[in-house]
Amino acid sequence: MSSSIVEAESILAVDIGSVFTRALLFDVVEERYRMIATAQVRSTIGAPFFDISESIFQALTRLEEITGRHLMEEAHLILPTQDDGSGVDRFVLTFSAGQPLRVVAMGLLEDVSLASARKVLESTYCHIVEQISLNDRRKPEAQIDAILRARPDLVLIAGGTDQGATRSMAKLIDLLVLTLQLLPPESRPDVLYAGNTAITKQVTDRLEPFVRPHVVPNVRPNIDQENLLPAQEKLSEIVYLRRSHQLGGLQSYSTISSVTPQPSLRAFGRMIQFLNKLSGTSQGVLGIDLGSATTGVAAARQEIFSMLALPFGSGYGLAAALERTPLESITRWLPMHVPDEMVRDYLWHRTLYPAAVPQGLEFQAIEQAMLRQTLALVANRISSEEGIYGFEPILVSGYALTQALSPAQALLTLLDGLQPIGVTTFILDPYGLLTALGAIAPLNPTLVVQTLESNALLNLGTVIAPISAARYGTPILKVRYELENGETSTVDVRQGMLVPLPIPNGQRARLHLHPLRPLHLTPTGKDTTRSFRITGGLLGAVIDARGRPLELPSDSARRRDLLKRWMAALGS
Amino acid sequence: MTMILPAHHILPLAHLRRLRLLNGKGRVLVRPGQMVEATDVIAEAPAPGQHLLLDVRKALGVQRVSEAEQLIERQVGERVEKGDILAQTRGLFARILRAPVAGQVVAIYKGQILLETQPQPYRLLAGLPGQIAEVFPERGAIVETHGALIQGVWGNQQNNHGLLTMLAETPDAPLKADLLDLTLRGSVIVGGTCDQAEALKSAAEIPVRGIILGSLSAPLLPLATDLNLPVILLEGIGQIPINRLAFQLLNTNQKREVYLQASWNPALSEKPEIVIPLPAEGKAPEEAVEVAPGRTVRIILPPHAGVIGKIIQPHSTVLLRSGQRIPAAEVELENSQRVTVPLFNLDIIA
Repeated sequence: MSSSIVEAESILAVDIGSVFTRALLFDVVEERYRMIATAQVRSTIGAPFFDISESIFQALTRLEEITGRHLMEEAHLILPTQDDGSGVDRFVLTFSAGQPLRVVAMGLLEDVSLASARKVLESTYCHIVEQISLNDRRKPEAQIDAILRARPDLVLIAGGTDQGATRSMAKLIDLLVLTLQLLPPESRPDVLYAGNTAITKQVTDRLEPFVRPHVVPNVRPNIDQENLLPAQEKLSEIVYLRRSHQLGGLQSYSTISSVTPQPSLRAFGRMIQFLNKLSGTSQGVLGIDLGSATTGVAAARQEIFSMLALPFGSGYGLAAALERTPLESITRWLPMHVPDEMVRDYLWHRTLYPAAVPQGLEFQAIEQAMLRQTLALVANRISSEEGIYGFEPILVSGYALTQALSPAQALLTLLDGLQPIGVTTFILDPYGLLTALGAIAPLNPTLVVQTLESNALLNLGTVIAPISAARYGTPILKVRYELENGETSTVDVRQGMLVPLPIPNGQRARLHLHPLRPLHLTPTGKDTTRSFRITGGLLGAVIDARGRPLELPSDSARRRDLLKRWMAALGS
Repeated sequence: MTMILPAHHILPLAHLRRLRLLNGKGRVLVRPGQMVEATDVIAEAPAPGQHLLLDVRKALGVQRVSEAEQLIERQVGERVEKGDILAQTRGLFARILRAPVAGQVVAIYKGQILLETQPQPYRLLAGLPGQIAEVFPERGAIVETHGALIQGVWGNQQNNHGLLTMLAETPDAPLKADLLDLTLRGSVIVGGTCDQAEALKSAAEIPVRGIILGSLSAPLLPLATDLNLPVILLEGIGQIPINRLAFQLLNTNQKREVYLQASWNPALSEKPEIVIPLPAEGKAPEEAVEVAPGRTVRIILPPHAGVIGKIIQPHSTVLLRSGQRIPAAEVELENSQRVTVPLFNLDIIA
């Protein structure tokens, strides 16, 4: 994979998160694009600034200090690059900060069109505040009152296969038209129509006296087919339009941005799609961006691509994660005794301070325990039945996992939380590179490819997690690995063990698995190969023979002892 | 690089300007220079009431929408009383559609009449006694006053005011049900910590006008959220005593009228506030301050949560065990102990 530079340009990418604002500077070094420097500061979307400009200014000041390059003139970004080398050629902006869009979803059938509508809405920062369908037994006036009370930013209408139902759709539209009449023009929501294309004209004619609807192809053109992407793309634009009124300064930065500012998850997802294509395999690529307010998930496998903006995270979204998690699911991950009340109170206290950093071993352990459960929530949403398997690699972004933990702590947290099955490589993105590159990709694909080749992402290592019914302590596997220099080693693996393979970082090795007991590497047991090549990561490679689902001893002392042994195995 | 952080206010006297805005457009009822009480309405906006949809075609037995619309005798905006005729057919055996309730015709669409009943206008209150400093037509106004200001970290979205009564003799004194009696009716009470549901329930039964606590145990958050009186936490969740500065300030203002604004939006870094109007003129508080030696700070996370200290030396980065480099400060606590604390874990008091 290599590309030549036709016309070199420097690019500044800024991501506005709910807690942190990140700036990444890209330029050409020795004829190849590189990420030159990054800076991270607190976001200033709230009091007392209420404007993203302040955090961008602080981040650029930091970049100027790091690089010695003059980027601003009187607090304004210099665009394009000047003869004296100051400034940058292009600027791109992504954002995840801001309130989720309040959405009313309208559709015909709960399990068909509304289900598709929900998938569209889950792909970005939305909160479904009301749903209306034919299954809804409320009177029309009660539905009108419900929409008014919901104060939506957006109404998404889905329903009717192409050439399908028209009368029922007309009823829904009439209901919406009546509701819109009750709202002053400045309070009316955006309307996105993604239903039966055969009646698009009638729908827009009815709505246009009150709002100018956004129209996209049907999300459910027929009962067995979904077409979510056009609606997702349009939704990203609507999110930007709404956020541009919420986030001070966003509009003014959009005027200097080379592309319209876009939701961070959209850019992140674009990179996951790109990496999936680049891999040329059918295994699929999974991206998890565990943010403060939202956890973004992007999964691409063959031609299937999906995005999820899950409403929980490590900071602003911690309360939502806690509400979904029994306390004992968190405390079971603690390697020391901490009273339940202390764990509970600390985590709820932590919800009030999304940017704070845990101090002291006990509190760090509590937060890492919570991270495991948050990842378990993510894994459950990705695949509640089969578990996480086969993705190669899994890319992980977000401050809590990539910066607040050591590499060994991060890998163990990911393994405990996601519990992947089979062969998976974990790659950390500590600088938010994937989001930045996803925003840059339409402008300069060469920059994307060359930056990815520059090792700006951290390979933690490949994990092989076999499934075996053998009893704890039984030898189940012999692993032989050959390094590039011809050196060969063999390791015996027992059921329940976590075994690191000391393959040097960046070095290729061939692994041969020799099962000593029946085991498999996929949930279905249909394994193909037991011999494959891997590249050593920061932690070499790891055999995780602890079983799936991972079961912890009920006896507290034994459980803590086991957790400590696993931590020691990875040196965390 | 100069590090600037938002200030957390614990101020004995300040000049306060508080913006009160409607969500949408409405009518502003005050003028610049006008004196207002906390319960005065600054602006009001129409808020939708209940709706009733009447199908004229069905009621009058006509087929076509156009025919039904010709029979409607009311226009959008008209008020009707119960029994008033809304639509009728002509002839000997005329059919009549009457208003089943009093209300206003708010929409007529495709042969249907939408009636709105019991609209309750949304009223925006001043929240503080003071003077109207500025008016934003159709949106709201700025109220200004002088007094003590203490910001909290959590509030239950309610607002009220009353006489400040210290029930906590020490910053960590728990609020207990047996401390509460009817003499506290109308008071805003202050406790150090609280882990007793009975204490909150008793306070609501009396009723007191508001509750200020250092901290509250997590299981009581839903109860506190649902109370019909403001609850403000100054430090957070758990068993964290009120910080010394806030405790002293509350203590010195006992029996004064205190205004609790427990409505806040954490996503915008807003904070619930306690305001004690005073007959003296203060200065406008600093909203963002430079991290510098000598600054008073409060530590927000355990093991020193709620402890006040002074910055000895800020550091642009320190290395944590995780390998992470973050800005921090060396802080001298009030017991002379020195600790290095990430800046993200500090509130700068100003």
